[in-house]
Amino acid sequence: MHSLVDPATGDLLDRALVLGFRGPQSATGEDVVEWHCHGGQAVVRAVLAALAKLPVAMRVREAEPGEFTRRAFENGRIDLNEAEGLADLLSAETESQRRSALLMAEGHFSRRLDAWRVELLRCAAQTESLLDFSDEDDVPETGTGDKLRRATGDLAADMRAQLAAPSAERLNEGIRVVLAGPPNAGKSTLLNALAGRDAAIVSDIAGTTRDRIDVVISLGGIAFTVTDTAGLAEASADRVERIGVDLARQAIAQCDILLWLGDPEECPRGDAIKVAAQMDRSGWALPAGVDIAVSAVTGENMQALVDRLVARAAEMIPAEGSYALHRRQRDGVARMADALDRAAAERDLLIVAEHLRACLGEMDRLMGKAGVEDMLDSLFSRFCIGK
Amino acid sequence: MSANFDVIIVGGGHAGCEAAAAAARKGARTALVTFDPGTIGAMSCNPAIGGLGKGHLVREVDALDGIIARASDDAAIHHRMLNASKGKAVQGPRIQADRALFRASVQRQIAGFEKISVIAGEALDLIVEGGKIAGVLLDSGASVHAPAVVLATGTFLGGKLFRGEENFVGGRVQERAATQLGERLRGYGLPLGRLKTGTPPRLDGRTIDWGVLEVQPSDSGSWTMSAMGGRAMGKVRSQPQLSCAITRTNEATHEIIRSGLDRSPLFSGAIEGRGPRYCPSIEDKIFRFGDRDGHQVFLEPEGLSSHLVYPNGISTSLPVDVQEAMLRSMRGLERVRMEVPGYAVEYDYLDPRALDRTLALGAIPGLYCAGQLNGTTGYEEAAAQGLVAGANAAAYALGHAPFLPDRAESYIGVMIDDLILHGVTEPYRMLTARAEYRLRLRADNATTRLTGMGIGHGLVGAERRHWYEERNARRNDALEALATVKSASEMKRIGADVRQDGSRRSLFEWARFPEVGEAHVLASAPMLAGLEDDLRGEIIEDARYAPYLERQTSEIADMRRNEAIRVPVDIDYDEIGGLSNEMRERLGAARPETLAAASRIGGITPAALAAILVHVRRRNAA
Repeated sequence: MHSLVDPATGDLLDRALVLGFRGPQSATGEDVVEWHCHGGQAVVRAVLAALAKLPVAMRVREAEPGEFTRRAFENGRIDLNEAEGLADLLSAETESQRRSALLMAEGHFSRRLDAWRVELLRCAAQTESLLDFSDEDDVPETGTGDKLRRATGDLAADMRAQLAAPSAERLNEGIRVVLAGPPNAGKSTLLNALAGRDAAIVSDIAGTTRDRIDVVISLGGIAFTVTDTAGLAEASADRVERIGVDLARQAIAQCDILLWLGDPEECPRGDAIKVAAQMDRSGWALPAGVDIAVSAVTGENMQALVDRLVARAAEMIPAEGSYALHRRQRDGVARMADALDRAAAERDLLIVAEHLRACLGEMDRLMGKAGVEDMLDSLFSRFCIGK
Repeated sequence: MSANFDVIIVGGGHAGCEAAAAAARKGARTALVTFDPGTIGAMSCNPAIGGLGKGHLVREVDALDGIIARASDDAAIHHRMLNASKGKAVQGPRIQADRALFRASVQRQIAGFEKISVIAGEALDLIVEGGKIAGVLLDSGASVHAPAVVLATGTFLGGKLFRGEENFVGGRVQERAATQLGERLRGYGLPLGRLKTGTPPRLDGRTIDWGVLEVQPSDSGSWTMSAMGGRAMGKVRSQPQLSCAITRTNEATHEIIRSGLDRSPLFSGAIEGRGPRYCPSIEDKIFRFGDRDGHQVFLEPEGLSSHLVYPNGISTSLPVDVQEAMLRSMRGLERVRMEVPGYAVEYDYLDPRALDRTLALGAIPGLYCAGQLNGTTGYEEAAAQGLVAGANAAAYALGHAPFLPDRAESYIGVMIDDLILHGVTEPYRMLTARAEYRLRLRADNATTRLTGMGIGHGLVGAERRHWYEERNARRNDALEALATVKSASEMKRIGADVRQDGSRRSLFEWARFPEVGEAHVLASAPMLAGLEDDLRGEIIEDARYAPYLERQTSEIADMRRNEAIRVPVDIDYDEIGGLSNEMRERLGAARPETLAAASRIGGITPAALAAILVHVRRRNAA
């Protein structure tokens, strides 16, 4: 515990817990001091005000957004993947986003990359040993070509399995839900009920929603981007409306979950959730083939619909304890897997080495580092080489 | 006495000779200072030149009109193309030389340069005036003056020999161990470190039972180390060819070695310097890879008129009695007489990160360093550095543009870049794995890659220049012939079983298809048949790997773009925020001259590069 005193006035500001961390073992790799002040806006404001009054020469200023992360990265305390995970964590809005970001920040993907890298270096070292040393009898040549092909193929398969897992965009941008159906089926009303606010313009005039309307909502700790679409009317004369309909068809094809509010017979996707949305209307009767009937107006059955959406979505996002990849990472992993597949299919060792080099280059870009020396280290630790 | 030159070379080994010859070719008045002119061009260790990576260096030095390949051809008594079954990019020509013939050829070539004066003596000190090099002081009291000096002093600085419990001070040959010059260098505050290397015992070939051993004959083939051929352009191997023999270590050998480990200076801690991983001592091999049931030992004759045999593969510093017992446990060596026991040598080297791309030492303008002094091993690595240092020392003295081969065009460039950026932790040996643009850097295309550049720098003599110009004309004719477009059905007609998809491609493009062999190409472009074998082989190999070469071309363009961003050598890395202390230390030691070079230093992240770039921009703006 230390007393924090305003250097200008000598006033006691707070008695705070002060922790010092010496670089490079600190979070940022630099010397860090943390002041744990007592709660209350007034204390914090007073301390910040005192700091702000310090002479310019002492170079005290507030951190830029993300500056601690950037410094940690630049000082080699965390790698690019961990840095991106931290950035996500800072902007994560929902519980599962936060969990996934936390896992990334703790370096789960980095550890996976490390494991891939070790295997990749092993393959590269094997190839290079065959190229640079097999003539010297120090490296056994027979059968190693096949083993090498198998190893590179296995590694590619492992990477493809990772690619098949849900992506980070699902988490960050949300599960894409599309509301579709004929005009005036209650799509916009349902959207507003899900969002809990008036996001879409609702009226009784058919064809009110001509554009797509996206609303981001959080249900059960999962982010959803819910899109309201123009009603799918037959042969509309209105050109703007026709464009809206085209957009709607596009959205239907690309979304993760389709909520179909029309005739179950005419549902465009087999995996849609078929909803009868207007059970509050007088003279309403449950149509055949509907999965769930709700009233967005009275709220009847809305919780059941939300539960269904959350259950569906849970299958599409990374399970608890796993992590998700960004587009940059997915693209990198895909290019690595491609290079490995080409290496596994190639018989000319020189070209195998060339593909593995390309793969290592991709990996280095993902990890934010580079080096032929690593490969040589792996090579020399495994083989007794040279005369 | 006082003499005036443009360039002084200190040391008459492979680096020194190549440096002197390069400086002289550029027209510099050159002094070659050596202890004993009779030892110029001596091979102090293994009498072999070339191999994987190393053979590439020899061909490159030759393409720049150096002397090592011609000396190799004059002295070669055994030829072997390593990796003959693999792609040409990793084929390495290797020869074994008769020591006496090799030395004689080097001395003859040096004597052939009017511009070179050989001065017998020991360089005791550097003459520095106004912070710049002005010459060297000899032990005779005489001084030799020149604005540029190349140090090519090999391992003689602080040399210490080890064998069993014994150790002696001194290099192998130079017992006078020029410690005084070493002390002077230390006095200038140059960063020195320690390395170790070793050599095997030498055997009396008359006491080896050759009859029971597997024989490895010399390659049939007519290739030579120099593109200009063994004897001028005759392309004839000038010497009779000898065979090598192969024996193996066995369990008994390993037991003897293990029993002597406690008496080996490598294991007792007497040696502190780090040895090369790719050329471990036999005790290292047994200690680290004890599960192997045996290691090959190549018995290589040292010359036509010598009975000495070099057992390649058993470098050792075990006590003499253990060495003898170890040798005699091997097949064919049961009654062998050991003429000279093996030993380990530990020596000082200069941290090459103190050098720039011309191999100049930033601390003292005009001073260049080359060869084993810079932490490398091998004649080939030494010769290549000698050429670069000699050429640049001459360029500096004469006011020419510096000679800066880069990673994309030569193994020489790869080596210099590695040395000055990464430094060394073990004696540096060239490997093809070090060259990221390996597919284009082949031993067989060194002439095409480098001779034109060499001519531009005045490094190539008239004879080779004429030959190159004629060869280049033939090469262009051949490329023109290969530009002829052929349809898939035309290719089918001449017997190439390509897919009949109606496609039309140039012959050069067709050559990359596995169904199209050299015979098919020759049938369509008969003029190629008239080319010399190596030129034809080179062109066809280019065609075969063209898609990969094209991909590398874009990578190289990226690299060269970053090479264009200069980083001032006096930049203060402490001023740049966001760099870790380790990065600051590495950047400060290597002083990269460009952003691309900085990116190749280990542990430098893209974020760090960005920080450096921003700093450089800001500084330039200020």
